[in-house]
Amino acid sequence: MKHGKFGSRVLSLTAIAVIGAGLAACGGGASSNTASGASSATTAKGPIKIWYSNNEFEVKWGKDMVASWNAAHPDQPIDAQEIPAGKTSEEVIGAAITAGNAPCLVFNTAPVAVPQFQKQGGLVPLDSFPDGAQYIKDRTGDLANQYKSSDGKMYQLPWKSNPVVLFYNKDLFAKAGLDPANPKLGTQQEFLDTARTLVKSGATQTAIWPSPTSDFYQPWFDFYPFYAASTQGTQLLKDGKSTFDSDQGKQVATMFQTLYKENLASKEAYKGDSFADGKSAMALAGPWAIDAYKGKVNWGTVPVPGTQAQTDGSTFSDAKNIAMYSACKNQGTAWEVMKFATSKEQDGKLLSGTGQMPMRKDLTTAYPDYFNQNPAYKTFADQAARTVEVPNVSNSVQIWQTFRDAWSKSVIFGNQSIDDAFKGASDKINQLAAQK
Amino acid sequence: MSLRSAGGPATGDTAGRTVDQRQAPRKRKNFLGRQPLGLLFSAPYVIFVLGVLAYPLGYAVYISFHQFFFTAPGVQVDRPFVGLDNYITVLSDPEVQRSFANIGVFLVINVPLTVGLSLVLANALNRVTRLKTFFRVSYYVPYVTASVAVVGVWLFLFQQNGLVNAILGPLAPNPSWLTNSWLAMPTVALYVTWKQLGFFILLYLAALQNIPDELYESASMDGGNKWIQFWNITVPGVRSASVLVTLLATITGANLFTEPYLLTGGGGPDGASTSPVFLMYQKGILQGNPDVAAALGVVLVIGVLLIALIQKRLVGGKED
Repeated sequence: MKHGKFGSRVLSLTAIAVIGAGLAACGGGASSNTASGASSATTAKGPIKIWYSNNEFEVKWGKDMVASWNAAHPDQPIDAQEIPAGKTSEEVIGAAITAGNAPCLVFNTAPVAVPQFQKQGGLVPLDSFPDGAQYIKDRTGDLANQYKSSDGKMYQLPWKSNPVVLFYNKDLFAKAGLDPANPKLGTQQEFLDTARTLVKSGATQTAIWPSPTSDFYQPWFDFYPFYAASTQGTQLLKDGKSTFDSDQGKQVATMFQTLYKENLASKEAYKGDSFADGKSAMALAGPWAIDAYKGKVNWGTVPVPGTQAQTDGSTFSDAKNIAMYSACKNQGTAWEVMKFATSKEQDGKLLSGTGQMPMRKDLTTAYPDYFNQNPAYKTFADQAARTVEVPNVSNSVQIWQTFRDAWSKSVIFGNQSIDDAFKGASDKINQLAAQK
Repeated sequence: MSLRSAGGPATGDTAGRTVDQRQAPRKRKNFLGRQPLGLLFSAPYVIFVLGVLAYPLGYAVYISFHQFFFTAPGVQVDRPFVGLDNYITVLSDPEVQRSFANIGVFLVINVPLTVGLSLVLANALNRVTRLKTFFRVSYYVPYVTASVAVVGVWLFLFQQNGLVNAILGPLAPNPSWLTNSWLAMPTVALYVTWKQLGFFILLYLAALQNIPDELYESASMDGGNKWIQFWNITVPGVRSASVLVTLLATITGANLFTEPYLLTGGGGPDGASTSPVFLMYQKGILQGNPDVAAALGVVLVIGVLLIALIQKRLVGGKED
């Protein structure tokens, strides 16, 4: 009996010692990056690692790009791989930053995650390269300003966008007695009326099926494109204050609330792609969807409807960018690879291989042959110049989650009035945006 | 009795030195325990527990009392001690309060159902003479199947246009199961009960092997029917297993994550099936606030320990 008690004490003391050692280790901070160290890193050349998306078309583009670079730069080879699997790419990248084993470049960095990665000390400001700021400005133009961080620096290179437009199923429209060549989808009221006609006619049970789940990024595929279209491209926050608790914001919310109330949209998540499966007549998606819908749906596209009919409406960009991570030792090479991968030649290959829009200010004039041969992509190229990005502010993910929760409560499930939900979310978001 | 004492009393310094010399190895023996080799055998698991459980738990407690976020190696940031601030943030958050209420609903449904069903089914399986292996495997398959795959089946059953509503016809709930604020969590609880039943049945089957057949034979000779035998022999006979099943069901239930994440679209509808662990994931991993998430985790651990203690007292009776 005594032996047992003594053994327990030994074990307890050992446990306390181990925990204590751990806590002590936590308390101590490692030495900080010095300015001179950072400076020498930006000129260092040598092998680098990169990650790219696991989308099959992007993988092919990535492999070709890496092969081209490696052939021309045998002394600075790229070791490339797909982003390791995780619930989201951002979680994986965040963990890699903390562990200190992030690659030099990630060719799929979500703008919403940039403030968090920046706060972690995981990103290299691209302005630290002598030609950094100028290169970005020359390639992307004024649209690049949306990607500037609160400290005035650029931690991401605007790479490609997937401007969200409204896809519609021509066959279901015809079945409902609607004109598939000229659908009445010019305004939000017309959109609502068309949705009613589609369901009442029996052509489909669900007019549109935006995901009703609570994920923080879902507003980008229901509220935000409509809000951008209604406001000539206003971001969710402007000058650190929320903008959605406004007439235009509430009008979009009311329209979606009507869709859910009248069962024109489903409150259940669809496992798969409801539009590709013919279960919904409309969908909000970017140009990536053209390949996904090929052979499955006889589709057409229109710009996202605004409050009034318009020809120059804005939409959500759904952009993915390239960021350089501070664990990178050969940052000089990494910067050269960034420029190589976003050159006119590589952007052209990305466009033709994936259908996604390189964020170049001269997009439509740089690749005239491609757009002549693929007229379906012209809408997206035209729309690419009028895209809205998520605000680049601290607590970005938490801000979108707050908005999503208010949207779920009021718009989807009707447990609170839109006025109250938007007011509450707006106040909380203003507080979050003000925090450092 | 030692040889020296048997040889007669010792005197003077010689005797004193002899006693000291004999005590030294005994002290070493005491320090290493009666079976020093046992320490060697248990060391791998002890190291595992310290490294994988104790250290992270201690780290989580540390994080919960500081303003903390994860940084890249070499980045120096202030992590000031903030006392109970993170705990106040957590406990005053309506979402967190609701998640604990949700998990309470879950446990009230899941734990009694798990204990009752697994005991009854294990008892029935124990008496089955034909197709015994088939039945055991059938109950165990859901437990070892990935939730992602099984959730798909339940979605097929319980969605708006699913099989269950098709059978119920006009009696189908509106809103449907997974989008109904009152039914979402009970549906999740039913799903988890079904999925984990196989494991708990195995625990009970093992416990049932320890009940001597003579007890049932005696009861039978005394005129006790099956119900009396079950209630007076089986239930007390598997009490230790019941304590284990109750505790395990409570602990795994309180750590609910996958099911609200997949089955109800992230704790929906409107937070009706949000769990504390799901919020920990949201706040700690997605939103980059591990300090608040750690405080939530510590509160959850304390809550589960309290519930487990109460359950052990209630279900365990006077058993040691």
